[in-house]
Amino acid sequence: MRHQLLALLAKQPAYGYELKQALEQTFGAAYPQPNIGQIYVTLGRLEKGGQIRGEEVSQDGKPDKKVYEITESGRAEVVTWINAPTDGPHVRDEFFMKLVLAPGTELADRLTLINNQRRHCLTVMRGLNRLAAQERDNRVSQLLIEGAVLHLQADLDWLERCQEELA
Amino acid sequence: MSAAEPPPLLRAEGLVKSHRNGAVSIPAVRGVDLEVARGEFTAVTGPSGAGKSTLLHLLGGLQRPDQGTLALDGARVDGCSESQWAVLRRRRYGIVFQSGNLLSDLTVADNVELPALLCGMTARTARSRRTELLEQLGLEGTSDRGPSELSGGERQRVALARALVNEPDLLLADEPTGNLDSRSAREVLALLTRFHGQGRTIVLVTHDARVAGSADRVISLFDGRIADDARLSDPPAGPHPYGVRPVLELGD
Repeated sequence: MRHQLLALLAKQPAYGYELKQALEQTFGAAYPQPNIGQIYVTLGRLEKGGQIRGEEVSQDGKPDKKVYEITESGRAEVVTWINAPTDGPHVRDEFFMKLVLAPGTELADRLTLINNQRRHCLTVMRGLNRLAAQERDNRVSQLLIEGAVLHLQADLDWLERCQEELA
Repeated sequence: MSAAEPPPLLRAEGLVKSHRNGAVSIPAVRGVDLEVARGEFTAVTGPSGAGKSTLLHLLGGLQRPDQGTLALDGARVDGCSESQWAVLRRRRYGIVFQSGNLLSDLTVADNVELPALLCGMTARTARSRRTELLEQLGLEGTSDRGPSELSGGERQRVALARALVNEPDLLLADEPTGNLDSRSAREVLALLTRFHGQGRTIVLVTHDARVAGSADRVISLFDGRIADDARLSDPPAGPHPYGVRPVLELGD
């Protein structure tokens, strides 16, 4: 959450609630809805760490609002974040552990494990198809979904390989 | 089964098929029992060499099983002659294979309309069905071209339009989105989903997770046998459909 908020504040100062709206508008429903509490907690941490500066703004008849502005140190963190190589998703280590170790326990067989995992991937895929239909007009959202689809495709192809080699 | 219940659209029992390569016989399908209900959308997946395409050929009567039976709406068809099969396929099946098999001397429009005209559809209805299908597949403007002037992906979509022009009871398709770019694949998937939504039956072979995820049922074929027969349920609705979130989580 930290870097997403910093990146938004690098564009312009904003209130906590505006940041939540900006995240929702940019990523659409494909992105897990940001929780406002989580946003305020993260903003608090960033302020304490000196990456952002908060200023109370008084409002007529309502409690003060805090508008946040990025600092030089915050800007530097965004640059570092953007330029750092990004770790790819990892192979499903936990499933692989189950697949390798389960037969020795005699509590499950590999084909059942593979079949169950395939069913799980396909059910997730169904959810993504539905999401893609809902988010037809949001290109950012579509790209995010397409990325998830490609990962799932790779998982399913890899399950086939596991089946060929191990089952 | 109660007397009132209609037989399944398709019922295969004990299908076995080997391919001969000289003196060597290579088993492709090693005993498949399969019932497909009317209106069901079934995807067949599995590694290459699992027997998927052979199974599809057997279901469409394009190859004959060494053993086993096949029934359409409760009537045995495995004993049908070649010409009886040709009539069955023309009237009841839509078949689309990866190679497309379009007639190279005919235009796209004629390729798509031909099966409809052979079945007695009027020229006017055939033309309007053709126009509608080509449009839904993003192929408007290709009507007057010959198959050789199309890309591989376009040919594949024309073959799908041709398979659907007669509104068949059963569509058999082998990798209908193979070789297609992402956008064309979505168009094909949308058309298949619409076709299925009209109560039609689909059995297709696919490696495409999006296509398999759209099916009601996914059969996993392995080494000529059914390794899994899964009926897919929808993940619960909501802003974070179960299972979708972990895939989309961007991390912190």
